[in-house]
Amino acid sequence: MLTSDSKENTREIVVPGDLLAISSKKAGPGTYSQGGKIFASQLGIKTVRPDSISVVPLAGRYLPVTGDLVVGKIVDVGASNWLVDINSPYPSPLHVNEVPWRVEFGETRKFMQVGDIVLLKIVAVDELKRISVSMQDHGLRKLTGGMVIEVSPSKVPRVIGKNGSMIQMLKNETACRIYVGQNGRIWIDGELDNIVRAVQAIKMIEDEAHNLGLTEKVKEFLEKSSNKGA
Amino acid sequence: MGGAPTDLKLIDENGRRIDGRRPDEMRPLKIEAGVLKRADGSAYVEWGLNKVMAAVYGPRECHPRHLQNPDRALVQCRYNMASFSVDDRKRPGPDRRSHEISKITSEALTHVVFTEYFPRTSIDVYIEVLQANAGTRCAGLTAASVALADAGVPMRDLVASCAAGKVADTMVLDLGKEEDNFGQADIPVGYVPRAGEIVLLQMDGDLTSEEFDKGLHMAVEACKKVYEVQRDALRRRYTAKGAATETAMPSETDMRKEAV
Repeated sequence: MLTSDSKENTREIVVPGDLLAISSKKAGPGTYSQGGKIFASQLGIKTVRPDSISVVPLAGRYLPVTGDLVVGKIVDVGASNWLVDINSPYPSPLHVNEVPWRVEFGETRKFMQVGDIVLLKIVAVDELKRISVSMQDHGLRKLTGGMVIEVSPSKVPRVIGKNGSMIQMLKNETACRIYVGQNGRIWIDGELDNIVRAVQAIKMIEDEAHNLGLTEKVKEFLEKSSNKGA
Repeated sequence: MGGAPTDLKLIDENGRRIDGRRPDEMRPLKIEAGVLKRADGSAYVEWGLNKVMAAVYGPRECHPRHLQNPDRALVQCRYNMASFSVDDRKRPGPDRRSHEISKITSEALTHVVFTEYFPRTSIDVYIEVLQANAGTRCAGLTAASVALADAGVPMRDLVASCAAGKVADTMVLDLGKEEDNFGQADIPVGYVPRAGEIVLLQMDGDLTSEEFDKGLHMAVEACKKVYEVQRDALRRRYTAKGAATETAMPSETDMRKEAV
């Protein structure tokens, strides 16, 4: 996870160009250094760690990183591949060799159609940002049923929480099956009432991502809403 | 330039301008970030009687494809004046002037954005002038850079912009409509405060080099003030957000409709 919310109580919002420090620390993500000074390059929250300074962005596009788990949507079907939208600026083709089924040439449509939702892993991203994705790993599959919501990719770490605490709590409290993609797409399946509660909780996390004591607040909200339903 | 009504006094006996400002006074500036829900980033600027909206989309796949650059992003900008933004209806659509402003704005913004982070993409900036009263390219550039930061685009710094000019043989800051129409010169400046760089500089009219230096100095000082307003707008977007989110939360009935 990017930040530890318990240790930090000063959450300073910085704007591109703000001077963060004059030091020899490493300029982490969201910053850049020039002439021994470190400046913010993105709108976000300043985070100081012993060896580096970084900015946790409050907005921004998803940039694919090798190893990320993402929720994708099929947007085009070719003879030997599917084109998947993973909410990034770059298209990502999913080749038939990368799916868990044996697919004959030209029979891609029998397996997945346009609009289907898939859980994928990013296998490689080269310097030209060409992306390879795969569905051949434990737990990766086509997702049927449920619904997909989108949050800002920069808020994904908060939805997951420290060591998965937030998402675990969400799953327990709502009895829903939830997959959170690093690209900001979240797939939820369960009973309708529970889905509604989970979505509201996630929206709440997104809106208040920069506040402290979020897990407690969300838990309180979920408990309250489950009592109301019963 | 001429053509001024003979009874129009752009600067009165007390050294006040037509709208009561001192020569080195800027019009009131108000900026709000994050005003459009569906854009990745947006900003609204009210600068005197100017009203300008800017929206940023991307980085996203670059279309048309032949424009994309294999090792950096393209900052594409479109400046557009609404047909109702001026007294006489402006014929809608791009014209020579808006092409020029689009070009200089995208060049100014390209200078501060870390374009090398997003190869093959384009970052699209749309500037819509809703109400014009001279100085819309400065207002547009100011709004666009706030919108870019609001979209989370990595950039070296914000670009602040302001104009200076010569009116009734006096160097003045931030020309209004009458001053622009009947004045002698106009110098819009785009400035990167942290690095002290100028990323936009034009001149319309004639000035001596001393007058030019004075005007440039005035504009740069004003840009520093504009910069503070820009930064404040971006910080306010997140610090004042708590209260605003209540209404943004989807109601339970809306959710049900969507799920079914």
